[in-house]
Amino acid sequence: MASSEAVSGAARRPRGVGSFLRSQMRNIAPFLTLIFLSLFFAFASPSFATLDNLGNILTQVSVTGVIAVGLTFVILCAEIDLSIASIANVTGIAVAYFTVQESYVNIANVPLPGAVAILLALLLCAALGLVNALGLTVIGIPSFIMTLAMMQIAAGISALLVRGQIAYKVPDLITTLGSGSIGGIPWIVIVAAVMLLAGHLVLTYTRFGRYVYMVGGNREAAEYSGLNVKLILGVVMVISAVCSGIGGMLGVAHFGSAQQNEFDTYLLDSIAAVVVGGTSLFGGRGGIGNTIVGLFVLGVLNNGLDHVNIDSFLKILIRGLILLAALIINVYAQRLREKAAE
Amino acid sequence: MPEGRSPILELQGITKSFGGVEALRGVDFALYAGEIHGLVGENGAGKSTLMKIIAGVHPEYSGRFLVDGKETRFRSARDAHAAGIAMVHQELSVAPDLSVAENVFLGNQPTSRLGLVQWRRMAREAGEQLARFGIDVDPMTRLGDLPIGLQQLIEIARVLFSGARIVILDEPTSALSPPEVERLFATLRRLRDEGTGIVFISHFIEDILRVSDTVTVFRNGRKVAETAASATTKGALIEAMIGRGGEALEHSYTDDLMLPRSDGGPVVLKVDQLSLARSLQDVSFEARSGEVLGIYGFMGCGQQELSRILFGKLKPDSGTLVVDGAPKSFASTAAARRAGVALVPESRRAMLFHQEPVYKNISISILDRISAMLLKPAQERDIAKRQVEQLQIRPPVVGLDLGMLSGGNQQKVALAKWLTYPPRLLVLCEPTRGMDVGAKNDVINIVRDLRAKGLAIIVLSTEPETVLSLADRILVLKRGAVVREFKNEPVSKDRLLEAA
Repeated sequence: MASSEAVSGAARRPRGVGSFLRSQMRNIAPFLTLIFLSLFFAFASPSFATLDNLGNILTQVSVTGVIAVGLTFVILCAEIDLSIASIANVTGIAVAYFTVQESYVNIANVPLPGAVAILLALLLCAALGLVNALGLTVIGIPSFIMTLAMMQIAAGISALLVRGQIAYKVPDLITTLGSGSIGGIPWIVIVAAVMLLAGHLVLTYTRFGRYVYMVGGNREAAEYSGLNVKLILGVVMVISAVCSGIGGMLGVAHFGSAQQNEFDTYLLDSIAAVVVGGTSLFGGRGGIGNTIVGLFVLGVLNNGLDHVNIDSFLKILIRGLILLAALIINVYAQRLREKAAE
Repeated sequence: MPEGRSPILELQGITKSFGGVEALRGVDFALYAGEIHGLVGENGAGKSTLMKIIAGVHPEYSGRFLVDGKETRFRSARDAHAAGIAMVHQELSVAPDLSVAENVFLGNQPTSRLGLVQWRRMAREAGEQLARFGIDVDPMTRLGDLPIGLQQLIEIARVLFSGARIVILDEPTSALSPPEVERLFATLRRLRDEGTGIVFISHFIEDILRVSDTVTVFRNGRKVAETAASATTKGALIEAMIGRGGEALEHSYTDDLMLPRSDGGPVVLKVDQLSLARSLQDVSFEARSGEVLGIYGFMGCGQQELSRILFGKLKPDSGTLVVDGAPKSFASTAAARRAGVALVPESRRAMLFHQEPVYKNISISILDRISAMLLKPAQERDIAKRQVEQLQIRPPVVGLDLGMLSGGNQQKVALAKWLTYPPRLLVLCEPTRGMDVGAKNDVINIVRDLRAKGLAIIVLSTEPETVLSLADRILVLKRGAVVREFKNEPVSKDRLLEAA
């Protein structure tokens, strides 16, 4: 009896090193990938591992990073937001729409103060996020479908606003944050870092952040614990849209123009950054730390492939394969964890 | 037990554990063709676990598993099915939105040479099969439109006529009326005479004795007795089920338990004319402070729906709820929680976060009372530690992932969530299901303490023992309606079963 007691006690004691590593696989694997890719490109190209290039990489991932902050919240809740790129686009266009353009650009050209233009643009993306939220929680449309519709709606609003033209002017504040720099550091990198930090603090240290993890971990249990799950999901969808909107405004300033379909690649990039970083597609696991690693993996990969002179068509395929590998690890890590818990 | 023949199914030394808790310890089991083998044992004794291993639901266990004398290991329910083993699970597993005929043929609809489903043939054959079973329904009716008992019969019919040579029935009679049970038994006997091996699990011991050839008794994951049904008695079986020192429990099967005279304190909850399509009809009752109200009924009697309505998870079609004198119509579970209602559902999985530590599981429901915006982890841990101590949760480590705890301890955590700021009304669904005797007693004591503190408590269960061991007053729910109230009077398991 005593011996069987001891055995079952040992079985219940949580972890040896092996099981710890297994349960941490989703955090370790992306980090190893990042180190491996960095080493590979450092050896493959002399121009890769330089301070200048690090700056390039940081700048290149900034817009994705801002969008990915909100998406991290969404994916932690085991939902998805496919409208992020379109909302980024429409918000960027909106802020230009409310700014006086050169005479040959034939859009609204309302002489509004920059702050008002920014505020209106933010209101627009928040409103679109609210529509996502209502569709998901009140009507009960799965987020995958709801945000797919929103992707089209936001693209439609973009089209109506610019009518095939290109706008160049945005409020000064946006221009500075998007393309200026201070002490040699681009403002856009600083904004991305601040937003990532803010996202991390909210997720880790606030009650709301805890709710996000719990809703993602077991939605039914969250409901049976008396949480207002719909409210939490709704807020998360709005956060995602607002982050996308901010990313869109910065992006427009960064690219120097606002036009249709400007952000199309950012949908996949943002999802990839979150998932490659190891945040669970099933919700409840991961966080901004993972997203940052994911952003670097993506940034190093995109940037590094340019340095090694690779067929630009092959580049697309490689990115796809890396994403697939990350998805496999993501799903596999979840299974390992569940096994460890059983 | 038929002599001189080899069993079609044989298990040797089967051991199975869940998260460090052994559900089965070295169990041997044999089933012969043309035999009805009854299994009895308390909840959590290991009957269902063993049957799920046989049906391929639990592929991981240790021990030997032989079919027709050949060693086998099923990886999935599909493997078991291919070997001719079919199981009727305790929970209904039908497709309510499909027709009766489609349910009967689920997965193997008759098709023409082109692979198209032959609807007319399917309907005709389904009708014939069901008629053999004494069920007379239009095979094209949507299954969900039929009463629960009939749905269960149809599911059983599907399994019985699937051509399986080994059929396992896990508590098949819980939602059936007496004549339906008779029809089921007649069919089982006929199948047995045709050579099918049948395992029959039930907590109705009379049924087991009536229909089985052989009876096996389980207790705490072990097989404690195996005997010919004709050579044993109800009393002997109950004694074997609960072991020595269980006299009190044994008496509860037949002896009367006197419900107390006290009427409890002030009314906390008043339910008036609650109705929900096909589940509840004009249910009215009151729950009082300092009283445990038991609600008993067979599976599918509407208990589950009732508990969900009380906690704001389901909206009733009509009827009113009054909590502490104020009429309520809960828009969400959060609203119910704020009104002082707490629910522990029957499935622990449904209310606990297995991958999160114990303290986060305990604090989640009261987080808004601890912290306005920023979390206070130290305080959370303190609160959790107090609860873990009070409820004697083992191991007493609040940082441990919940999944590492045994079922009984998880159930205590599920209770602990609500106890730091006690609710006005605590609704418990199947609070002791699947627990060992020790954990069961702990839970019973916790509930009594809470009652003494003046909570109004509602215990809903399909197990008469649970209701009898906890309740001061008992309502019997049948097909969604309250059919009997026991108060200030003697009650026993037999009387409860009779009323339901």
